[in-house]
Amino acid sequence: MNSVVLNPSDGAATDLQQKSEGVWHAAWRRFKADRVGLYSSYVVLFFALLIVLSATGLIAKGWQKEVGVPNAPPTLLGPAPPQQAGVIEVPKGPNVDLSDIDPLAPRYKEWAERAKQFQTAETPRAETLPFGGDRLGRDVLAKAIKGTEVSVFVGVAAAVVAALIGTVLGAFGGFFGGKIGDGLEWLYNVFESIPNILLIFAFAAALKSRGVETVVIILALTGWTGMYRQVRAEFIKHSGREYVRSAEAIGATLMSRMFRHILPNVSHVILVRMSLLTVGFIKAEVILSYLGIGVRVDQVSWGSMLAEAQAELILGYWWQLVAATLFMAVFVTAFSMMTDALRDALDPKLRGLEK
Amino acid sequence: MAAYLIRRLWQMIPTLAGVILLVVFLFKWFGGDPAEILAGQNATQEQVLAIRQTLGLDQPVWVQLWIFVKQVATFDWGKSWATNEAVSNLFATRLPATLTVMIPILVLDVLLALPIAMWVAYRRGSLTDRTIMMTTTIALSISFLVYVIVGQYVFGFQLGWFPVQGWSDSTWTNLTTYVPLPVLLAVMVGLAPQTRLYRSFFLDELGHDYVRTARAKGMTEGVVLFRHVLRNALIPILTNIGLSLPGIFVGSFLLETFFSIPGLGREVLLAVNRSDFPVIQATTIYLAVLTMVINLLTDIAYKIADPRVVLK
Repeated sequence: MNSVVLNPSDGAATDLQQKSEGVWHAAWRRFKADRVGLYSSYVVLFFALLIVLSATGLIAKGWQKEVGVPNAPPTLLGPAPPQQAGVIEVPKGPNVDLSDIDPLAPRYKEWAERAKQFQTAETPRAETLPFGGDRLGRDVLAKAIKGTEVSVFVGVAAAVVAALIGTVLGAFGGFFGGKIGDGLEWLYNVFESIPNILLIFAFAAALKSRGVETVVIILALTGWTGMYRQVRAEFIKHSGREYVRSAEAIGATLMSRMFRHILPNVSHVILVRMSLLTVGFIKAEVILSYLGIGVRVDQVSWGSMLAEAQAELILGYWWQLVAATLFMAVFVTAFSMMTDALRDALDPKLRGLEK
Repeated sequence: MAAYLIRRLWQMIPTLAGVILLVVFLFKWFGGDPAEILAGQNATQEQVLAIRQTLGLDQPVWVQLWIFVKQVATFDWGKSWATNEAVSNLFATRLPATLTVMIPILVLDVLLALPIAMWVAYRRGSLTDRTIMMTTTIALSISFLVYVIVGQYVFGFQLGWFPVQGWSDSTWTNLTTYVPLPVLLAVMVGLAPQTRLYRSFFLDELGHDYVRTARAKGMTEGVVLFRHVLRNALIPILTNIGLSLPGIFVGSFLLETFFSIPGLGREVLLAVNRSDFPVIQATTIYLAVLTMVINLLTDIAYKIADPRVVLK
């Protein structure tokens, strides 16, 4: 008898497995139909390629090399006109011979010998660079590419870590409720009651090291609350659903119910939220780097480029500002529009509503 | 109402306790030894020990926590480590500058965004809708920093309409001379997202049945919009203003740094760079208290805006 129940005949099985479209498949179909979203994703993919190439050192490796003259203009503009600065006139007449009273005179020869042992290679410096050069003559284009890598990495990495924290805490809070839920709600309230930028500053003051990793940690530790709230709400909604209760009935463990049954069903929410976080974190990194609590001096990001650009602009060297702004605007616009399309595709209920 | 107030105030206590714990342990675990920071690099062992004793760092953790709680309760934060200025004095002297900049920004933002949003929501057309959405997306993708840099260059440096930066002792001079440029830039940048947000609130309300009913009754569009829709849309708008209020007291860090405005935001940033813990801790805790109080006031403001709201 049992075997009949457990092994239904093949005919019944094909009936039951009526071809129903999977949620990801349906989402992809909807996403493809959204032209703006699709083109934006191509732009994002192009940037991803750029980042991979720069991270592996194939391009923009020598962004720190001083390849051009200081503040070299972009190639389109042609080289800067020679400066008519007041040069001190070279005095006429023979040099006065000081060797008999110069106390250093006996050693000049020795020093000249020593100096010969070192080779100073005078690197030829370009008059113009494709997108101009910065104060030290570094290629702005290479800097912008490297800066893209750093800025986008910060945004994505911080969003992933924040999503992880928010998801795990939200899952526990929503699934268990009770004491654990109350405790997590308390933690959430504590983090929410401090204005975000101040929280970031407090963390920045406490974690004294500076650099890409620190920025990621700070942003992630201060930015998880929204994700927590949303995942928690989803878990509360789902934990009472029939499929979860049937999973419990067949003996699925707590962890399995939480992360193998419910999580895939709310993953679209997490993905959308994570993309929104990425955009927010990229913008935050720019501000933090400008304020001096972002990336280190030996690293470059859009924020540190903009910080340099402020002083350059006054002198009329606008290219670094334009390069950083252009890269950032194109990437963030494309990414935001892709996120919008992603949200529409994954969560059709939200279509037409703006955040 | 009184019972509600008391309960809400009562609920603040665990949250505040959490904020205190967070601030204390954040700096305790990651912040390094305050005594060594204070003593400087050339300090002898005795000096470090002496400082440790004055700050109570040699006491057990719970005693230190108690010292901290007492500081919070008595508003006595001692002195800034970097400048030796009393922290309370620091608040008193820096806050006015911050408020002089931030209040005009908030007021102008709301006063400008409200009518624009209402108009855009009312004239909802697919093409304009999409164009506006597109423009705001692109405009928003550029960092605030860029607008400030370019704005200062163009309006302050090239055109010379405003001083590039500066500050004076007289509030009036500040308001008429130094504040306009930062305010103009902040409002220009803040207006687009604000309008977009308010527009969505208005759209939500415009779709409701009561709007149709009001029109069916023969009300003029003006009455429908201003008496019916506006009052209902005010609720989420009030929430939004309430949420942004605590930010006023910190000020825009970026604006204050950029325009050399001696406000609280710049002071906190300086404190971060100088590891001046008392200043950061005090600001964090009082801002948290302020946020909680403002949230409560926002909830009460709902009640006034909409009698249907039941406070529970």
